[in-house]
Amino acid sequence: MNIRTHSRRRGLASRVAKTSAALAAVALVAAGCSGTAEGDGRTAIDYWLWDANQLPAYQRCADAFEEQNPDLQIRISQYGWDDYWSKLTAGFVAGAGPDVFTDHLTRYPEYAQRGLLVDLSTLDATADIDAGGFQEGLADLWVGQDGGQYGMPKDFDTVALFYDRNVIEEAGLVPEDLESLDWNPEDGGSFEELLAHLSVDENGIRGDEEGFDPDNVAVYGYASNGSGGTDGQTAWSWLAASTGWEFTNADVWGTEYHYDDPRLQASLAWLFGLVDKGYMAPFEEVGTAPNPQQALGSGRAALSVNGSWMLGTYANLEGVDLGIASLPSGPIGHPVSMYNGLADSVSAQSPDPEEAARWVAFLGSDDCQNLVGEAGVVLPARPAGTEAAIEAFADRGLDVSPFTDLVDNGYTVYFPVTDAYGSISALGAPIMDEIYIGNRDVATLTEMNEEVNAILSGG
Amino acid sequence: MALATPTRAGGEVRRRRRRDDTRLALAFILPASIGLAMFYFWPLLRGIYLSFTSWDLLSPVEFIGLDNYRDMIADPVFWNAVRVTVLYVVINIGVQTVVALVLAVLMQRLSQSTLLRGLVLTPFLVSNVVAALVFLWILDFQLGIGNQALEWIGLDRIGFFTTEAWAIPTIALVNVWRHMGYTALLIFAGLQTIPPTMYEAGRLDGASETRMFFGITVPLLRPILGLVLIVSVIGSFQVFDTVAVTTGGGPVDASRVLQLYIYDKAFGQFDFGYASALSVALLIILMVVTFLQYRITRAGQTDLN
Repeated sequence: MNIRTHSRRRGLASRVAKTSAALAAVALVAAGCSGTAEGDGRTAIDYWLWDANQLPAYQRCADAFEEQNPDLQIRISQYGWDDYWSKLTAGFVAGAGPDVFTDHLTRYPEYAQRGLLVDLSTLDATADIDAGGFQEGLADLWVGQDGGQYGMPKDFDTVALFYDRNVIEEAGLVPEDLESLDWNPEDGGSFEELLAHLSVDENGIRGDEEGFDPDNVAVYGYASNGSGGTDGQTAWSWLAASTGWEFTNADVWGTEYHYDDPRLQASLAWLFGLVDKGYMAPFEEVGTAPNPQQALGSGRAALSVNGSWMLGTYANLEGVDLGIASLPSGPIGHPVSMYNGLADSVSAQSPDPEEAARWVAFLGSDDCQNLVGEAGVVLPARPAGTEAAIEAFADRGLDVSPFTDLVDNGYTVYFPVTDAYGSISALGAPIMDEIYIGNRDVATLTEMNEEVNAILSGG
Repeated sequence: MALATPTRAGGEVRRRRRRDDTRLALAFILPASIGLAMFYFWPLLRGIYLSFTSWDLLSPVEFIGLDNYRDMIADPVFWNAVRVTVLYVVINIGVQTVVALVLAVLMQRLSQSTLLRGLVLTPFLVSNVVAALVFLWILDFQLGIGNQALEWIGLDRIGFFTTEAWAIPTIALVNVWRHMGYTALLIFAGLQTIPPTMYEAGRLDGASETRMFFGITVPLLRPILGLVLIVSVIGSFQVFDTVAVTTGGGPVDASRVLQLYIYDKAFGQFDFGYASALSVALLIILMVVTFLQYRITRAGQTDLN
């Protein structure tokens, strides 16, 4: 089933047109995953999502929906992030994908452009989405270049600082010391001072003390999020954005990227410079699959920047008395987080788009979003759902205001929504890795930017 | 199949068998032929056709002649992928063949134990993905027991999958571990075809085991060894899953082998035309390599007669 994991076959010809062969195989597999009519006369709607933590909440939504709509049946499938997109693409090729699926800002432009998504405003149940019914700006992110509404907002996420209160206290600090931190790309501000103090070498010497050995570090001040690729969602977007940098020349559908901006390059130089200082693990230790929650949980790192969708995971870390603080404020005087939102899209290949739209409308309603909020795993897109989630997290002793304040104050930058993200990411991710490894200078991003913009303009 | 062939009384069949086997043979060949045509030849032709087009799956196919091939020749990532793949094959096949040959000779000359022969084959029974995942954990920089062991014996930790110099050798050796038993078994089968009288004669002449290995085993094993090499080199060029599971092509492009690049282009970037052109390039590489191997090892002839 998993197209990432072909086994080695020995036939010469099979390799020849591997692409087509894989497609044929996938088509056969995918054909088993769709269908509309069930034995009991109900119309089945296939719904896909990737986050296993959210599955129970959406199952509750599906149950509630089926109760109100006895003629419909919701079949939920969950696949891990990587497999999800492979299966979805293969499903589209084979014409056997889901009716409704959880969509991501980096992916939907290419789907929409190829006519794979239904404009929700053309379907009865979703014809009049009230953009104002969601958190600020979320619905607009899903408006395509042609003005079509290609997704119904379901949740949003921002990033903040996770830490273990025990570690902070051992360092002679109090959680309040993590509030009102500041950062700049030149000397790192009080944020770097904090990272230095929280870094401890094998001999127990702290990073801000005499004799600290940056090559033999026991505890890194900062948990690496890897190189971050071309979006740096948790890795560097919040640093660069707090200098006033923006990804592209427009909020959405930009036509030029700004990787050539000195503010971005200085931010990256500061971040990856932490490796030499001994405040962050080298690439060698993290690789392309960083696991900051594990670094925090095992005491390998003291501070971890991560997204609100990871709240549940961090809260479940054993032996960690979890605290959450706001990101440091940057040169522009306040913190800035990437603001990303997921949505539900209807596949243009769905045989029952009107029925699918009814499910999507329900997913975007207070009824469902409150259920999701109460589960306390993500921050739903509708304000009532967000409130329900804030309460659910508070019941578990987690104050999520560092995430939500950013949105309330408008201290956010959008995930770059442009065309050709797949190609841009494939070009940029190895380059970012190389910068993290230390074999490439940030100034070379200026050349990369030219290539990126050439891809974007179809060159 | 049995249903498709006419059944006759025993005696009659025996008398006529020699004359008319064609229909029976065709009936036996038919199912495999359908599979071969549907899953090998048709995709092959379609893949070659697609390599002359620009196609993103969902828009109509656009014929662009040789553009993909021109792009490919100017594409540094492609040439890097070729270099990385060849490096992988050299390490993988080099080590694997030597280890398998030694294993096979040991199995033949030292022990007759079926249990031992079975044990040698066990890594091959583990799926590639599982083997890759297990080694990913064992060799993890921070938590892996492999790196712990290195530290115990006083060495520095090694980023097996996370440093550019180590990624391909590590992946190649993981696959050696998985495939050596299987290759050893093929070679072992070849060893069985060498008449024991040869070794008796050698022993009578006072030849040592080493001398007999180079004087008898290796020359007489050549056709089998040639075939094993051809088959395993083809398989080796097609490495994909171990890389996809462990490094995803990284660090940077250090392990971006051809198959992974093809997959990325097709399924990550919807560039099926270009991915098909890359696949055709792999086909050509494999054809040339196989042809050369066949000629050099003279795999079609034996010295036994």
